[in-house]
Amino acid sequence: MNLHEYQARVLLRDGGIPVPEADVAVSPEEVAEIAGRVGGDGGVVVKAQVHTGGRGKAGGVKLAKDAEEARSHAEAILGMTIKGLRVDKVLVAPIADIATESYLAVIIDRESQRPVVMVSRAGGVDIEEVAAATPEKIFRLAIDPRYGILQHEAMSLAFKLFDDIKLVRQAAAIISKLYAVFTHVGASLAEINPLASTPDGAVLALDAKIVVDDNELDRRPAIEALRDLSAEDPAEVEAREAGLSYVKLEGNVGCCVNGAGLAMATMDLVKYYGGEPANFLDIGGSSNPQKVITALKIISADSNVQSVLFNIFGGITRCDDVAKGIVAAIEEFELGRPLVIRLTGTNEREAVQILEKAGLTALLDMDEAVQKAVEMVGEVA
Amino acid sequence: MSIFIDKNTKLVVQGITGRDGSFHASQMREYGTNVVAGVTPGKGGQRFEDEVPIFNTVGEAIESTGANVAAIYVPAAFAADAVFEAAAAGIMFIVCITEGIPVLEMTRVLPFLKEHGARLLGPNCPGAITPGESKVGIIPGQICKAGNVGVVSRSGTLTYEVVNQLTVNGIGQSTCVGIGGDPLIGTNFIDCLEAFQNDPHTDAIVMIGEIGGTDEQKAAQFVADKVSKPVVGFIAGQTAPPGRRMGHAGAIISGSSGTASEKMQALKEAGVAVMSRPADVVELIKEHS
Repeated sequence: MNLHEYQARVLLRDGGIPVPEADVAVSPEEVAEIAGRVGGDGGVVVKAQVHTGGRGKAGGVKLAKDAEEARSHAEAILGMTIKGLRVDKVLVAPIADIATESYLAVIIDRESQRPVVMVSRAGGVDIEEVAAATPEKIFRLAIDPRYGILQHEAMSLAFKLFDDIKLVRQAAAIISKLYAVFTHVGASLAEINPLASTPDGAVLALDAKIVVDDNELDRRPAIEALRDLSAEDPAEVEAREAGLSYVKLEGNVGCCVNGAGLAMATMDLVKYYGGEPANFLDIGGSSNPQKVITALKIISADSNVQSVLFNIFGGITRCDDVAKGIVAAIEEFELGRPLVIRLTGTNEREAVQILEKAGLTALLDMDEAVQKAVEMVGEVA
Repeated sequence: MSIFIDKNTKLVVQGITGRDGSFHASQMREYGTNVVAGVTPGKGGQRFEDEVPIFNTVGEAIESTGANVAAIYVPAAFAADAVFEAAAAGIMFIVCITEGIPVLEMTRVLPFLKEHGARLLGPNCPGAITPGESKVGIIPGQICKAGNVGVVSRSGTLTYEVVNQLTVNGIGQSTCVGIGGDPLIGTNFIDCLEAFQNDPHTDAIVMIGEIGGTDEQKAAQFVADKVSKPVVGFIAGQTAPPGRRMGHAGAIISGSSGTASEKMQALKEAGVAVMSRPADVVELIKEHS
């Protein structure tokens, strides 16, 4: 789960990391009020709060010299759409006087299988670009999670960022505190970019990004409560609440599959036969007919979808339960597109009987079904 | 003629009285797996299906029955602890079916396993099956057939699809292993490739990867350096958009890294025959072995 920058900043502050006072707003009036309150001589920055990168390029980040200019920027930014996401909130933060910009992050590293702290003097820019062009500018240290980050480890990393011992000590404290925030919220990423030093010798976090491991949310209700449903695709929210895993794509063949790997392979096969998948959808391992009904509702609500493909390989999932769900769904609402069903595995025979009774047919072969679903795009149901 | 599990496998099922645990314990017994014990704290002394003794702890189960492999079906909140318990009690091969263990928990579990010399398969995996001998996990037994092709995969149902293609075309399997869809797992492609390479009854290997991470690229390098047996590969997620999690916690393209095309390229360069679709597995296995 992605947190907004304004939420991440609060978590960092709560963790004792110096973050300039800033606030979030939903209206131009509030923006002007906050700009007057937090802005100093340098003015403020107004930043769109949406879960995507490239906010600056899209015009979602603007500098303002005073409250009035901040208000007029907010009028432009609030309500704009960045990569399909509407901006409902903006962060208003003071523009700090900056001497240097560094990078600091804690991630889960798949290779060392540990939390890794990454630091670089090349801050304030996209770290992926730094990693690609000048990897020698990035330093990494794997942390033993059983002991947490040790003082000397934080210091050795801080020495990679600063030469002045006063700055080194401040940075080391921030590194230790960021690691603590990382484990406290159950993050898979906690990033400060830039970690800035000021001309008068202070080190502070000017930006914050936190991604929480979805598997942590059950045991951290306070973090789950930060979820901003309005910032997500409503269909994806509905799917998650029903225990489905759904990602909308741009194509027109709606896919309903059990298992994530098979769901991806099904999308790929749609493409292989010349079609475009409309979505990723995994109904999961269980075989509750209600899940199938919800899945079909979500797929058919996508107006791009012109044919619907079921691909079920029964293991724990019982084909007859899926068949019951399909039949119940088409009795409940009009699908309005051709439907191609492939199912095989556990209770396949019972499933075929249930479908035939309802006037539906089932295929056993994945390739045949995918080809048919691609061919039927645009045909009337 | 297998890796990890065989007819000498004596299985203890952790969470045997739960909904998933009891269903799959039954299925495994039906398949012929030697399920010697179950563990559910507070139900020690009872029996599962009137036969399999249930214990309060894994330690007691090992002491009474000589269990040497554990299968974990307990809910996510207790699954990491179940892995710790199995390893501490002396189980050397632990299969964790449970999905949803926080990745930070796994960073603590994995070094502990290493210190105890135990191997973990999973978490969030379908387990393993050596057709005709033993099944540990949830892979449907009826789609498998004993033979000489080793199968290793990050996925569940996609594995079934590929194994089923092999079986209906008369090609049997030595062992089928699902390593799991999480970002941090106990057993990776390289571990399985090495085991299959060393298994005298495996003649060819099928590996099924997906987007996210770099395990397949490292496996490709391992194939080039250390594997003399023919390897056929598939990568799922060619149409997956970057930055979006595709069901599995580990299936996400970060920036430009972890894409299907880079993985397929790495496999091809290592001499792996790469399938364009799951159904190609039959022809490629016939062609290359």
